[in-house]
Amino acid sequence: MADIATHDTDHATDHGHHSSTGLSNNKLAMWLFLGSECLLFGGLISTYMLYRGRVQNGPHSSQIYDIPFTSVSSFVLLMSSLTMVLAVSSAQRKDDAKTNLWLVITALLGATFIGGQVYEFTTFYREGLGFTTSLFGSSFYALTGFHGVHVSVGVIMLLSLMGIIKKGKITGDKAEVVELIGLYWHFVDIVWIIIFTLVYLIPS
Amino acid sequence: MTTVTETHADAHEHGMSDAGYIKIAIILAAITGLEVSTYYVNFGPFFMPALLTMMVVKFVMVVSYFMHLKFDSKIFSFLFYVGLGLAIFVYFAALATFKFFIA
Repeated sequence: MADIATHDTDHATDHGHHSSTGLSNNKLAMWLFLGSECLLFGGLISTYMLYRGRVQNGPHSSQIYDIPFTSVSSFVLLMSSLTMVLAVSSAQRKDDAKTNLWLVITALLGATFIGGQVYEFTTFYREGLGFTTSLFGSSFYALTGFHGVHVSVGVIMLLSLMGIIKKGKITGDKAEVVELIGLYWHFVDIVWIIIFTLVYLIPS
Repeated sequence: MTTVTETHADAHEHGMSDAGYIKIAIILAAITGLEVSTYYVNFGPFFMPALLTMMVVKFVMVVSYFMHLKFDSKIFSFLFYVGLGLAIFVYFAALATFKFFIA
């Protein structure tokens, strides 16, 4: 009986606080947050779809989109999801060295994606598409800009996570913390999967 | 032996091994290649359905395998897909309000 009680305590310590469903509160909260984020991006995507053909001034989407360049950016972000899931996998095996290595690679891939987006925005601006140039420009920058901010926050979270892992400051289940950051990271990837198709590949 | 045990333990914990994740990533990369090919090759009437299908397949694969929804509690799936369903509803409601579907 005492053994069972000890095992239960160890299990609780390993996996953090659990809800009455037996599931981790942290994971429940993260999934709820991601569900609400769907609404945010749903609104931004529908706004873009409504206004993408409304070009009073400035260039039209077909005149400025660089599909080969954006395809490479999309591939980079997609591969960052692989490195993130490998980081989670290493964390669950309690292999800190490999976890940190995959986290560094994921952060670098995310930073590369952001660099590509900054380059794209700069190019578009030089070609005459500002935030207030047209409804197309406003909705495009709002949608892709919000996504870019999410990726940037993800990179900051990854770097912070590496720091606290190295300092050994995670008191609870380390693998679960990595998994939670991973869920957020995969979410920004799936949002980009939708944006890449609806915004870039389908002509207005 | 260690590798086999490790792989088994890993698969038990996640539902997939590292090799499995790499296979999924290769499939995702191939689908992305196909998506990009629609920009260069004329798919005619199949253009839009093919692109949307590939988008949905990629989305479901990342959510199911990389985010572990396929192997995790159904409650997580419920929370996420309800949010997604509401988002799609908002999307269609907004487009319908502005008569997007009327040519």
